[in-house]
Amino acid sequence: MTLLAVERMKLFSTRSPWWCSLIALALTVGFGALMAGTANTETPLTVAATQFGYTFGLVVIMVMAALAITTEYRFGTIRATFLAVPNRGKALLAKTAVVAILAGVLGELAAFGSWGIGKLIKPASDLALNTPYEWRAVAGVGLVYAVAAVIAVAVGVLVRHSAGAIALLLVYVQLVENLVSLIPRIGNDIHRWMPFTMSAKFITGDPDVTLRNINEGPPLADAGLSPWPALLYFAGFAVVMMVIALAVANRRDA
Amino acid sequence: MTTLLATERIKLFTTRSPWWSIVAALGLTIGFAGLVALNHSEGRPLQVEHSQFGIQFGLVVVLVMAALAVTTEYRFSTIRATFQAVPNRSAVLVAKTAVVAVLAAVIGEIAAFGSWTVTRVIAGGPEMAIATGADVRMVAGVGLVYALAAVIAVAVGTLVRQSAGAISILLIWPLLVENLVQLIPGAGPHIHDWMPFVNAERFLNPPEFTTPPIGPWGSLAYLAGVAAALFAAAMVAVNRRDA
Amino acid sequence: MIEAVGLTKRYGKTLAVDNLSFSVPSGRVTGFLGPNGAGKSTTMRMILGLDTPTGGTALIDGKRYRDLQQPLRTVGALLDAKWVHPNRSARAHLQWLARSNRLPAKRVDEVLEIVGLTSVAGKRAGGFSLGMSQRLGIAAALLGDPQVLLFDEPVNGLDPEGILWIRKFMHRLAEEGRTVFVSSHLLSEMALTAQELVVIGRGKLISQSSTEDFVTQATENTVRVRSPQLAPLRSALGKLGVSIRDEGEALVVSGMDCADIGELAAREGVVLHELSPQRGSLEEAFMQLTGDSVEYHTEIAEPGVPATLTTAGK
Repeated sequence: MTLLAVERMKLFSTRSPWWCSLIALALTVGFGALMAGTANTETPLTVAATQFGYTFGLVVIMVMAALAITTEYRFGTIRATFLAVPNRGKALLAKTAVVAILAGVLGELAAFGSWGIGKLIKPASDLALNTPYEWRAVAGVGLVYAVAAVIAVAVGVLVRHSAGAIALLLVYVQLVENLVSLIPRIGNDIHRWMPFTMSAKFITGDPDVTLRNINEGPPLADAGLSPWPALLYFAGFAVVMMVIALAVANRRDA
Repeated sequence: MTTLLATERIKLFTTRSPWWSIVAALGLTIGFAGLVALNHSEGRPLQVEHSQFGIQFGLVVVLVMAALAVTTEYRFSTIRATFQAVPNRSAVLVAKTAVVAVLAAVIGEIAAFGSWTVTRVIAGGPEMAIATGADVRMVAGVGLVYALAAVIAVAVGTLVRQSAGAISILLIWPLLVENLVQLIPGAGPHIHDWMPFVNAERFLNPPEFTTPPIGPWGSLAYLAGVAAALFAAAMVAVNRRDA
Repeated sequence: MIEAVGLTKRYGKTLAVDNLSFSVPSGRVTGFLGPNGAGKSTTMRMILGLDTPTGGTALIDGKRYRDLQQPLRTVGALLDAKWVHPNRSARAHLQWLARSNRLPAKRVDEVLEIVGLTSVAGKRAGGFSLGMSQRLGIAAALLGDPQVLLFDEPVNGLDPEGILWIRKFMHRLAEEGRTVFVSSHLLSEMALTAQELVVIGRGKLISQSSTEDFVTQATENTVRVRSPQLAPLRSALGKLGVSIRDEGEALVVSGMDCADIGELAAREGVVLHELSPQRGSLEEAFMQLTGDSVEYHTEIAEPGVPATLTTAGK
């Protein structure tokens, strides 16, 4: 508990988390507003369509989470941290927990903000949260952000440099997982089992809406599992990354 | 100017990040081409454009490398030493941009022709020959796109001055923003047409694939225009700001 | 009390710290002396559990650092004054440190007062001068009111006022019965600050003794004698078994003072042109002791303008 409080103090006494939170919310909710404002009878506003911008928030959150740890290495405060708390596993887990909680809260704010602003701009649209699919599409965003933040912290611990960690995370999430499917024959099968495909599946997944129009929500993910197991798979990947990161941090000279 | 170019060349190659970038860019693009070639099915012969699937990997690496070339100067305050040695800041920025762009172009050509060669060796048929003007554009054009991307990245790096910020913008923009805008009902596709990296992609696409409003060379010119505008903005900022 | 036993650190092929054993007593300021690159910082980092030793152990009051509960209450350390997030205020930096070891929040204000930073406590640490950063680092070290304190090159880059402040401060801490271990590459500074000295070079222990012993031992007093009749003088001195060094037209004699040499010369009927006592400086003594253990030697240029400075522009 003490360590959680410490990491909370550390996180919020610098500027980058505030900026990142602001940008994440502005981009997702702003994009939600844009989608709502431009929706018409041809492309009506749906619950899923309010969440188009969630990937904006996702990448910004991952940048924030990576920076939370890489700036400690950059400014040497990681050594001050390890002097105060020599149990490195505890110190890093506390940081991961705080960052993940913040990411989760921001995810819920972003998702319900986007949904709320859609309701506000287009009160006539059908935006009721009825099906499990619709609930996951909105309330699930926080869970995905939280898990993604854990992955980003782990990568940050392993790489230690802001530029490297951010480049690796963004290129992986936005490029590698997509380009993989271009490999003939095996590409699609690999793609189906990649972690962020799984997280997208949790947000956009069937079984409720399978034949919807492209304009009705973020692209459907072709993942190897159904939504909830997909989230577990995504979380499992995060846990594995974190375990590797902790093992490395414990063995390495600070 | 030749002295300045030599200076910037020395500065760039005496740090580690360009070397890492060269290895990463070439490894990812050519490696990906190899993966594609190894897994292709006999029934569908590979075309020239299939050898260039991984070209975006190199593009993002070039963006990161070019941004770091400037932001690390701010990070380690060597920018002050640079401006002390050469007070003409515009000349410094021009020289740095030129060196980074030339390196990017070289990486681009090696990546593109390397990918093409690897594909041809592993799974080449008669379709893999660089026969038409479009084929030449798709392969040899990669260097041009990388060079312009490098100019954009140097400009953004100069404006932002922070590695983390510059890299985030430079990666999120082409990989995410440019894709998501087309979802905006009504105006989306039209905005999408005028996104710089969409135009870069169109320049490198086979002719049957897209019908850009301005044709492939028009797309390249447009990308160059965006790069020039950002570069001009960086130039103004560098001259007005305290170093 | 700090104890290092066979401490060793290897980076690839370089042996940064080589089987180093020493102990740091409480109630005194112990200097940790060695040229740049001798392995002082690495040793301190191993004592503090930041770096893992390749061999040997470092114990603080009988425990390894990583086994301490709430370590800031036992050990305070200032290794690098720049280990602060530049956008965090001085107070915020101390607050999270205090919280991590369950120290009362009012302790933050106390240490800020002790180091004299109260008026700038709310300012971002990135804007601090080196002296202020150093004070903030000391405030952090004092947070848990620890019995053991480590400082790595604390006076580096400080102005004379800052140096004096730190020197007095360390004495006060030692007088309160604490263990104070402070590293430096400047012997003259250590001669004024430390009562005990642990001297290392190239990662190896050179000596551990009181500063006084080290200084008298290290600085030999010699007498320079110039005479047109050196040969008879040399043989007369030789019979007494003192050590003599030839220096062109002069002899440098150690182990005999001016008066004795003058009387000897008079008895032998030797004309003297010069008879002068030579006092070795602390720096020379230090150089002599650690001479072969400096990692990077500099060529000292011949009198006149060094060649390297004149080639520019040719």
